Amino acid sequence: MKFDLTVNGRKRTVEAPAEMPLLWVLRDELGLVGTKFGCGIGMCGACTVHLGGKAVRSCQTPVSEVGKGAVVTIEQVGASAVGAKLQKAWTELDVPQCGYCQAGQLMSASALLAQKPKPAREEIAEAMNGNICRCGTYDRIFRAIELAAGTGGKANG
Amino acid sequence: MADAILAPSRRGFLTAALLAGGGLAVEFSLPLGRAQAATVGTSAVGAFVSIAPNGAVTIVNKNPEIGQGIKTAFAMMIAEELDCDWAQVTAVQQADANPAIYGPQGTGASQSTPNNWLPLRRAGAAARDMLVRAAAARWGVDPSSVTTAKGRLSHAASGRSLGYGEVASAAAALTPPDLKTVKLKTPAQFSIIGKPTKGVDTPRVVKGEPMYGIDTRLPGMLYAVYEVAPANGGKLVSADLADAKAAPGVKHVVQLKGVGPIDALVDGVAILATNWWLANQARSKLKLEWDLSAQKGHSWDAYVAKAKTLLAEKPQLDLIRSGDVEGKLASAAKRVAAVYEIPFLAHATLEPQNCTALYKDGALEVWAPSQIPAGGKAQISKFLEIPEDKITFHVTKIGGGFGRRLRNDYTVQAAAIAKAVPGVPVKLLWSREDDIRRDFYRPSGWHGFEAGIDANGKMIAFKDHFVTFGKDGKSAMFANMHADHFPYGIMPDAAVVQSTLEIGVPIGALRAPVSNGLCYAFQGFLDEVAIAAGTDLPRLLLDVFAEDKLVGEPDQPEKAQTAFSTKRARAVIAKAAAMSNFTSKPIAPGRAMGFGFYFCHNGHFAEVVDASVKDGQVSVHKVWVAGDVGRQIVNPMGAEAQVRGSVLDGLSQALEGQKITFVDGQIEQSNFHDFRLGRNDRNPAVEVAFVASDSHPTGLGEPALPPVIPALANAIAAATGKRVRTMPIDLSALA
Ligand code: FES
Ligand code: FES
Repeated sequence: MKFDLTVNGRKRTVEAPAEMPLLWVLRDELGLVGTKFGCGIGMCGACTVHLGGKAVRSCQTPVSEVGKGAVVTIEQVGASAVGAKLQKAWTELDVPQCGYCQAGQLMSASALLAQKPKPAREEIAEAMNGNICRCGTYDRIFRAIELAAGTGGKANG
Repeated sequence: MADAILAPSRRGFLTAALLAGGGLAVEFSLPLGRAQAATVGTSAVGAFVSIAPNGAVTIVNKNPEIGQGIKTAFAMMIAEELDCDWAQVTAVQQADANPAIYGPQGTGASQSTPNNWLPLRRAGAAARDMLVRAAAARWGVDPSSVTTAKGRLSHAASGRSLGYGEVASAAAALTPPDLKTVKLKTPAQFSIIGKPTKGVDTPRVVKGEPMYGIDTRLPGMLYAVYEVAPANGGKLVSADLADAKAAPGVKHVVQLKGVGPIDALVDGVAILATNWWLANQARSKLKLEWDLSAQKGHSWDAYVAKAKTLLAEKPQLDLIRSGDVEGKLASAAKRVAAVYEIPFLAHATLEPQNCTALYKDGALEVWAPSQIPAGGKAQISKFLEIPEDKITFHVTKIGGGFGRRLRNDYTVQAAAIAKAVPGVPVKLLWSREDDIRRDFYRPSGWHGFEAGIDANGKMIAFKDHFVTFGKDGKSAMFANMHADHFPYGIMPDAAVVQSTLEIGVPIGALRAPVSNGLCYAFQGFLDEVAIAAGTDLPRLLLDVFAEDKLVGEPDQPEKAQTAFSTKRARAVIAKAAAMSNFTSKPIAPGRAMGFGFYFCHNGHFAEVVDASVKDGQVSVHKVWVAGDVGRQIVNPMGAEAQVRGSVLDGLSQALEGQKITFVDGQIEQSNFHDFRLGRNDRNPAVEVAFVASDSHPTGLGEPALPPVIPALANAIAAATGKRVRTMPIDLSALA
């Protein structure tokens, strides 16, 4: 089937089975490999993208359900003020270790800050709980979000 | 003098070349092992350092980056001695597999830092030396009167100065210096090493730029899955591929015959499609019949039962026996005995195993997230019969290693699939289920401990019956005892004896291999001994390590720096106890501290966990870490990250129920719902202190992990009175 999508501000047409997850449309059909595959069952958050401004797991989003909603991926998130601020904070605190989870972390964090510019730590914890970091960079993730939000960024030690 | 100890015994080979467009490229061949040293040549590829006419410095990183920060640390070492400004380092590129140029390129065992600390600094210093001589020649002055700083050369007497880029081409024409005698900075002169430095890849990671193995894309590429037997070593008896071939998007279905060991190529069927999801969907259409008889009886429950029997029987092998342990046990005022169990574990790197390959005109090109690229190349060559000089092996950025990618099975698979479809680039990607079920697992093990305490509360005898995997009492690789660790060389009356059961599932190295299991069992049991002796674990350890000793390489004095040192141990034990105000008494109802110490991968680490237990839930409030990894922390920003990551990794092993089980060799876990990783709700405060010693800087990817597990288990015991003798922790037993 043919699907007309809006990805990172561009109209894209893809030919794919209706149940094919957005993740593979992005990675393999559109070449946007910044969005990562970790589990394929909605458990790790590596595949997080924005759909209509909300963070969604692209591995759990069939292409047929994308509809007219704007898809934004890590390649484009820096174009928004919130995304750019977060990328800066991530770099400032040097969050990544292996870095593999970080696209998903940034997408979850940017959806959070877009909706709630100054989240409490508990709100960050909840919004980010679906994003696994195998390397254990959680403390710097908390701090980077708080740094970007202007609410702190202190080390937990 | 101390520096000579870990240094390669042969000097490296240095050549210099003019960059296209002018500038200096210094190529430095690291020495290989003795036998190979004579054949090390120079090749036109792979400059370690190059300086463009505009002064921009490019550095090549020789070892795979798996998240341990080596790409940044190596660049810092070279830039330090080059004496450039860190901001001048505009690019750090990843080297292809080419041991003739780069020497050993593996990332593992936390050895990258100690093995490259001097050679890479010498490479940087050599480049600096050539720039100095070039500037001196231009000015007609003596090289000794030329100084450098932040990428500039100066002659104080005449007030002249030049940027490195301005003399880079002239420097390229000079003879490189002897690496043995090239002058290195003293630590007091360091301006880059020791400064918190951000990861060189971070700016690209946060933008989602393609860097990882899984990101590789080539024109006309097909996506592959590789279906293998549901149990290790299964043979493909018959295959009906017709339906899979007819599935949407599928271009090829290829049956491959296994060759070599299981980390080379196993029997399987590759499906190649226009995208990965379609390839993966077509798997359900395969009709395959497997012979799984080799794995019959290799079940977790059967192993547990067999281990219990072995523990009760006469041990098969003596590993350590000193003094009269049985006599001392018999005469002891008090005896303590306990059995500890360690589970099988998967690695679960967040980037699943993958590799991209193109076979064309008899030559193979691969893009692999491999921890030992040279090994992968050799294995492909051997088992797929492609000459090594026809293989180009690119190393990609790697989404977590933890030891999994010390095996190149997925690399060989991708190459074999590519060879079956010449001219077609193929990206092989494992699903998470493949990844969990085709691992080389951290092996399980059992310890039957016994200790004797005299009337004064002194531990006078120590015995461990270790039941592990292997044959006739001899352990398999990574299922071994550290026979040169405690009680060896420390306790006059001690025995470590061993029995083995046969292994069926593949086993391998997991972050801090061997140590990650042994530390938990030994330090858990010693905590029990300490309590029985009326003391606490740090005091018991300070007592057994009271005398200054170097243990581990007693016959090799040149390895003294890498040996276990009771003195270094005491320093970190005392430090961790002091930092945390350690007490073995509960600090509140249901809340207590626990202690753990270990020495591995050249690092001495003592850790304290403050945890509370309520309604079967464990909360970790704080972790204190005191570690000795030598006299210099190369990158404090990376070091803090490694320690914190190791601590969280250990806590996850213990608290997330991580355990691999199997029936007739078929792994029962498959994804993150039944092999769980820690999430952000466990983010305790971690206070780290590095205790400097006079030893070489050593690696930090592993040694901070092991002690946190017993520290947690011991805290739980102190808080609840319930001793944790089986990992992972059974939270329901704490409710
Ligand atoms: S890949 Fe989508 S949640 Fe893990
Ligand atoms: S940085 Fe490695 S998984 Fe998060």
